[in-house]
Amino acid sequence: MAKKTISMRRDSHEESAAVIEEAQAVEQTEAEAILSEAQAEPLPAAVKKPSAGSTFAGAMKRGVILENPVLRLVLGTCPTLATTTAASNAIGMGIAATLVLICSNTVISLLRNIIPDKVRIPAYITIIASFVSIVQMLVKAFAPALDESLGIYLPLIVVNCIILGRAEMYASKHAPALSALDGLAMGVGFTTALLCMGTIREVLGAGSLFGAKLPILSGQPILFFSLAPGGFFVFGMLIAAANKLSKKNNLPVRNGCGDCPAAATCSLSGKGGCK
Amino acid sequence: MNMFRMIVTIILAGILTNNYVLSKFLGICPFLGVSKKLDTAMGMSAAVIFVMVLSTAVTYPIQRFVLEALGLEYLQTIVFILIIAALVQLVEIVLKKYIPALHASLGVYLPLITTNCAVLGCAILVTEDYSSGAYGFGEGYVYALSCAFGSGVGFLVAMAIFAGVRKRMESCDIPETLKGLPITLVAASLVAMSFLGFAGVVHM
Repeated sequence: MAKKTISMRRDSHEESAAVIEEAQAVEQTEAEAILSEAQAEPLPAAVKKPSAGSTFAGAMKRGVILENPVLRLVLGTCPTLATTTAASNAIGMGIAATLVLICSNTVISLLRNIIPDKVRIPAYITIIASFVSIVQMLVKAFAPALDESLGIYLPLIVVNCIILGRAEMYASKHAPALSALDGLAMGVGFTTALLCMGTIREVLGAGSLFGAKLPILSGQPILFFSLAPGGFFVFGMLIAAANKLSKKNNLPVRNGCGDCPAAATCSLSGKGGCK
Repeated sequence: MNMFRMIVTIILAGILTNNYVLSKFLGICPFLGVSKKLDTAMGMSAAVIFVMVLSTAVTYPIQRFVLEALGLEYLQTIVFILIIAALVQLVEIVLKKYIPALHASLGVYLPLITTNCAVLGCAILVTEDYSSGAYGFGEGYVYALSCAFGSGVGFLVAMAIFAGVRKRMESCDIPETLKGLPITLVAASLVAMSFLGFAGVVHM
C-alpha cells in the first residue's frame, strides 16, 4: 500500500514536473512568437512611407508626435526628470540637446561609410562627447545661469540614450541632410516634451512661469511638484496622456525589444528583453 | 571629523539623503527597465556598484594628475566617458575569460551600464565634491571611493524596494490608461516621497 502511494506520488511528481516543463516551453515559444511578431509588425503608414520621413513636415510630425523620444520611445528619462523643475531650465536643456543631436547626427552620417562596424559605438561616443564639450563651453560662456541650474546634466547629455540611439538607428544609415533633419525633429520633440513637463511642474510647484509669478498660484505653491516625487508623478501622467492619445489614433503602444533603439547592441534582446 | 566617521557619513548619505535614483535622477533607465524581478534587479545593482567603484578609482586620479596638472579640465567629459567605456569592455573580457560564472550572471548588464548616467554622473560629481582645492589626494581619493560605493549601495536599496513594489502591483487592478509605465512611475514617485523623509538625517 505504502509502495503504491510512493510510486503514485513519484508519478504525480514526474507528471507535474513534465507539466511545468511544458508550460515553460510554451511560455518560451509564446514569448519568442510575440518578439518576432513585434519585430515583423509593420509600422503605421505615416511612419513607414519614406516620403513622409524625408519631407520637413513629415519629419517634424514624426519627431514631435508619432515618435516623441520622451513620451513614446521613453528615452532620455534622466534629464527629463531632473531639469524640468523650471520651464526655463527645460528649454535650455532641450536646446542644448538639440544642438548636440543635429551636429552629431550630421557628422556620424558623413562618416558612416568610414567607421568600421566593430568600433562604431566608441566612435559615436567620441563624436558625441566632442560636441557635448563644445556645447558645455558655449553655455558656460554665454549663459552661465543656465550652466548653474543644469549642473551635472549638461555633460550628461553625452550618455543621453536619444542621441546614441538616433546615431545607431538613423544617422548610420541615411544621408547627412536627412540625418540632420531627423536630429532637428527629435530635438524639437524632446524640447516640447521637456517644456510641457517643466511648465506643469513650475506652475504647480512654484506658482510662476519662466520666473514671472502667477496671481493666485504663487501664494500657495504645491511643493511636491518641484521635488523628486513630483517629477516621477508628472512624467507618469504625461505618458498616460500620450498613451491615451495614441490609442485613440491607433498608434502602436511600444512594447518589447523590437522597438528599442538599443536592441542591436543590447545583450538582453535575445533573452526576451529587459522588461 | 576623523576619516572613519566621514566615510560612514558619506556612505549613509549616498544611501539615504543623496540617493542617486530617487533624489538625483541618475540611472533611471535601468531603474525602470530592470526592476521587474528581484534577481535581475540585484544582478544589475551588483554590476552598477562594481562599475561605479572601478570607474571612480580610475577617473579620480586621472582628473587630479593628468587633467588638472596639464590644465585640460575642459576635456573631462570626453576623457571620462572613453575611459568608462574602455574599462567596462575590459572588465567584460576579463570576466569572460577568468570568472565565467560571474560573467554569466553580471555580464549581461555591463553594456547597459556603459552609457548609464549613474556611472558618468558619479565620476564627475566626486571630482567636484572632493576637488583638489579642498582635499589632499589621499584623503580625497578615499572619500571619492566611499562616495561611489555608497551611491551604488543606494542604487541597490532603491532597486530592491522598487522590485518589491512592482511585484505587489502585478496583482492589482490597474486602470487601462495607467497600465505599464505610467503606474510604474507613480509608484516610483511614492517611493521617492518616502525617501524624502530622510532629509536632514545625515549631516554632510
